[in-house]
Amino acid sequence: MRSYVPGYEIEAPRTLSEALERIAREPGVWKPFAGGTDVMVLLEAGKLPHRRFLSIWKLPELRGISVTPEHVTLGALTTYSEIRRHEILAREFPLLCRAAAETGSVATQNRGTIGGNIANASPAADSPPALLVSDAELELISARGARWVPYQGFWKGYKQIAMREDELIGGIRLPREKSGWAHFYRKVGTRRAQAISKVCFAGAAHLDAGRIADVRIALGSVAPIVLRAVETEAILRGEKVSPAIVAAAQETLASEITPISDIRSTAHYRLRVAQNLLAEFCETFVA
Amino acid sequence: MEHRQIGKSVPRKEGREKVTGSARYVDDLTFPEMIHGVTVRSGVARGKILSIRFDEGIPWDEFAIVTAKDIPGKNCVALLIEDQPCLADQFVNHPEEAIVLLAHPDKYLLEAARRAVHVEIEPLPAVFTIEDSLSQKHAIWGGDNIFKAYHVEKGDIDSAWAVAEFVVEGDYETGAQEQLYIEPQGMIARANPADGVTVWGSLQCPYYVHKALVRLFGLPKEKIRVVQTETGGGFGGKEEYPSMIASHAALLAWKCGKPVKMIYDRAEDMAATTKRHPSRTRIRTGHTRDGRFVAMEIDFTLDGGAYETLSPVVLSRGTIHAAGPYTCPNVRIRSRVVATNLPPHGAFRGFGAPQSVFALERHLDRVAAAVGLTPEELRRRNFIQQGETLAVGQVVHERIEMGKLLDRALQLSGYHEKRKRFAEGNSHGPIKRGIGFASFLHGAGFTGSGEEYLASEALVSATRDGRVRILAGSTEMGQGTNTVFAQIAAEALGLECEQIEILQPDTSLVPNSGPTVASRTTMIVGKLVENAALAINKSLLDAGFLKPGCGAKDFADACQQYIDKFGALQSLVKYQHPRDLHWDDGKYQGDAYGAYAWAVYVAEVSVDTRTAEVHVEDFVAVQEVGKVINPILAAGQIEGGVAQGIGFALYENVVWQEGRMSNGQMTNYIMPTSMDVPPIRVFFEELPYARGPAGAKGIGELPLDGTAPAIANAIAHATGADVRQIPITPEKLMEMLESVHA
Amino acid sequence: MPEATRKIRVQCEINGRIVSLEAHPMSRLLDVLREEAGLTGTKEGCGEGECGACSIEMDGALVNSCLVPLLQADGAKIRTIEGVADFAKLSAVQQAFLTHGGAQCGICTPGMILAALNLLSRNGHPTDSEIREGLSGNLCRCTGYTKIVESVVAACRSLRPGS
Repeated sequence: MRSYVPGYEIEAPRTLSEALERIAREPGVWKPFAGGTDVMVLLEAGKLPHRRFLSIWKLPELRGISVTPEHVTLGALTTYSEIRRHEILAREFPLLCRAAAETGSVATQNRGTIGGNIANASPAADSPPALLVSDAELELISARGARWVPYQGFWKGYKQIAMREDELIGGIRLPREKSGWAHFYRKVGTRRAQAISKVCFAGAAHLDAGRIADVRIALGSVAPIVLRAVETEAILRGEKVSPAIVAAAQETLASEITPISDIRSTAHYRLRVAQNLLAEFCETFVA
Repeated sequence: MEHRQIGKSVPRKEGREKVTGSARYVDDLTFPEMIHGVTVRSGVARGKILSIRFDEGIPWDEFAIVTAKDIPGKNCVALLIEDQPCLADQFVNHPEEAIVLLAHPDKYLLEAARRAVHVEIEPLPAVFTIEDSLSQKHAIWGGDNIFKAYHVEKGDIDSAWAVAEFVVEGDYETGAQEQLYIEPQGMIARANPADGVTVWGSLQCPYYVHKALVRLFGLPKEKIRVVQTETGGGFGGKEEYPSMIASHAALLAWKCGKPVKMIYDRAEDMAATTKRHPSRTRIRTGHTRDGRFVAMEIDFTLDGGAYETLSPVVLSRGTIHAAGPYTCPNVRIRSRVVATNLPPHGAFRGFGAPQSVFALERHLDRVAAAVGLTPEELRRRNFIQQGETLAVGQVVHERIEMGKLLDRALQLSGYHEKRKRFAEGNSHGPIKRGIGFASFLHGAGFTGSGEEYLASEALVSATRDGRVRILAGSTEMGQGTNTVFAQIAAEALGLECEQIEILQPDTSLVPNSGPTVASRTTMIVGKLVENAALAINKSLLDAGFLKPGCGAKDFADACQQYIDKFGALQSLVKYQHPRDLHWDDGKYQGDAYGAYAWAVYVAEVSVDTRTAEVHVEDFVAVQEVGKVINPILAAGQIEGGVAQGIGFALYENVVWQEGRMSNGQMTNYIMPTSMDVPPIRVFFEELPYARGPAGAKGIGELPLDGTAPAIANAIAHATGADVRQIPITPEKLMEMLESVHA
Repeated sequence: MPEATRKIRVQCEINGRIVSLEAHPMSRLLDVLREEAGLTGTKEGCGEGECGACSIEMDGALVNSCLVPLLQADGAKIRTIEGVADFAKLSAVQQAFLTHGGAQCGICTPGMILAALNLLSRNGHPTDSEIREGLSGNLCRCTGYTKIVESVVAACRSLRPGS
């Protein structure tokens, strides 16, 4: 334990409005603390400069999964375990469920939350690629009200998200329209469990008479943010899968992503694997 | 021979405590007035210490602060030599070198204080690789950076090349490996001039720590006491290093007069403690047309880090094991271990052999391809037979038939059928499958005259009510020492294991049985225990208080009568080196080990060519081990060792940056999880070894030797990639696959 | 002198007993269990939520106690390894670990047993791969996992009605 633990404050507001009022009154002073699976690791490592936290873990308004004919909406505090256990998510959002199953371990999944994951904004996070492919929207709440923003574009840069200091993530809304699409998710990590991803690929394709009528592709760990590969999607949209099209898509992908070499892997490996996963994705919907 | 205890899977003696969470490891202990200690380290790989500065804002008068000048005796961690300082004084030679120690009751404040100490160091040019060390551009240790070198010579190799039909050469590399026991290192110390020094902690070798503290404090032996607490894994990582952390805790305790507890967190443990020596091996072998060895030349180099620690012994074992279980009339092995400005490397299960065996077994598959033989046929034609000599000249007296061991391993793993099926199947689809093996041996006990030098002792005593106590310096760390000793003694005395008590290793109570290392504990110390128990039995028989074939009740009665009449019933047995074992340290020839375990391991892998990820699908481990005393414990040793070998081969990569381990967290230093390891299938053969207790030989390190090369050979089979280096990370394999394709 | 905040006092139920614990609110539950509650059966192996040696059950869910701040344990129902055996009577999982070699050095064992119990509470007949997945958050350096899996399988068998 490398931090001076007595120097940290964490308090539990009893209601969501109390929490929002406090962060509105002193923006930037209090940071939200959900399941702690990211923050506590930083505390242990002596790398947590921020000292004052509001525990939102027990706030009921941020929990629960609601279903309408058009959407499934997850409260920000929905844990990965809850995602995995939800029948409709399992059926219609296999990418998100796969991501949840591959995040950490059972113990991490019981405490890690989808809202916390989004707010932490790590480019190696497992769920954001699935959320991007699903065209997720985020509800950002504050003492002043609430607003919905598309998740696409929310992520501005390395660990930077377009959220005000007085806002919290309230929920994540997923349109149900892609349930008939072909889905593909693959996380390539350092080992088969409890691994940080080296490359994470999420894709969904809507096929119509053998053509890719529409497609979504998102990748993690190959750029400062988790990104939608929109140019690669454009190459594939409207086409029939063929070796030439796949090769063209792979080439475009190489120009869209900016993998780096770091403690875990190399730029060359990440690039090659991202391209191979793209090909693997395309193969899943060749008859 | 009918055994009552030997060969039975008697449940672990301390198992109940472990499954209920009541076993007490060092961090579970608290003493009255105990405070905590931390270490301030260099940060610079090599340099001159200019100053030590303490920031404002910390109540320094509340702290115990220790530097080199506080050391009462000699500033060293005594081991083979005394080159390693306990606390750096004027110079630092690696980035984790300890300089200042701090103690305080508040462990959180202690952490803040650690950050408030600044050591100013003027950097000197540092050496980080074997190549740089050998170049001697900078002399960082001795005059030539060489801790130790060996030269083994057999036959007339210089003439032998002329008759070789095939000559194959290759370079092979292995990386550092962190032992990663799940319980980090820790010690509690109490020390003052009047009472002396006592330490309690996680360790493998109580008498190593004892020796180091005697030297550090300049106190007589009786004033130093070392007690082993329940130890959560060691694997060699707690052979040398505990002397360092014990010294630090004791110095703080000496300074402040209170008990001091030092527990490393994982980051500090990974960064500062010993790791497996990285290696570079060059092999050149010459063969006849039908594949038989005519010449074997091996050049073997290890990176020892900044100080000598046990490097000469690691080199020794690596050197002796380098030529494998084969017959070769002409051999030259030249080896050396060199200094770099990395934290010192040290013991890790296998101790030099995993490094040299990886090279040889990978090399032999390449030779097979060059010569036009299958890997197994090449081995068969060269396996050593009873009566032939190993490279160091040791005659193999055992009735070992490696060919039969190979047959069994290949049959159990479905090797031939898979070899064929995979070759056919691999032409389509992204998943390539492969199966490969390694054949090898591992010597148990200390090399050469080492056991004689150790002069180990064990004591068995009986009480008036017939309970038996074993007093030995051997430590339990999960491998089953307590249980196996109990079984051996119970067998010898006709008792049940519940009647046998193993004393907690405490240097004030137990004799020096030598370190718990080198696959020696069952074979060497277990034999002392057996002899001591037999001696007690004999005493009772000779005195007429016991008749052969008696039960526990009679035994208790006999003990009572004996002790009433003679005062005490105990037997202290000292190690006797077998007269027919001769070793020449000068020529590096002779009987290197009393006994060897022999093995063939087969690994089946799948390689996903899209990601170059390798998964071990099946693993068969066949070994001849003398006698299996406890089948579940023995299999557990092999399974655990194979898992560590899988890590060594595929996952465990130490990333170095200016001499520091930059991936020192469990998130980034990757050991296998339960999903990364298949069910490991273990099979034993038994050719009882006359000098082992009930015929047993040592097996603890064996699995680390053959696992990685079996996997490397399987990957080569699956993909055609000519693996020369471990760990075979997906990044490295991806590059190899791309060049195989090209 | 670095500034210290106030300590807090929380109440939780640990192994069936209501306990009051006092420490700084950001203190790791792991440390509070071990130091304030004197329950040293839960271990620290890594301090980063990777090894699972600190696994406990909190409100029925398996969690890494090194990642839970004390504040969030207020009102929680906690089970540690000390709460698994019923005095002298070991649970089936513990007995199986003893019989089948599931524990070697024992440091991962408390967390491993909690994880196994948690797995069995959700899935009474796990397959080999379900066991390996369920325990993948608990690292063991000694056993290579083979006998841990065998122990869990044996425990399931012994728990089946009629066995």
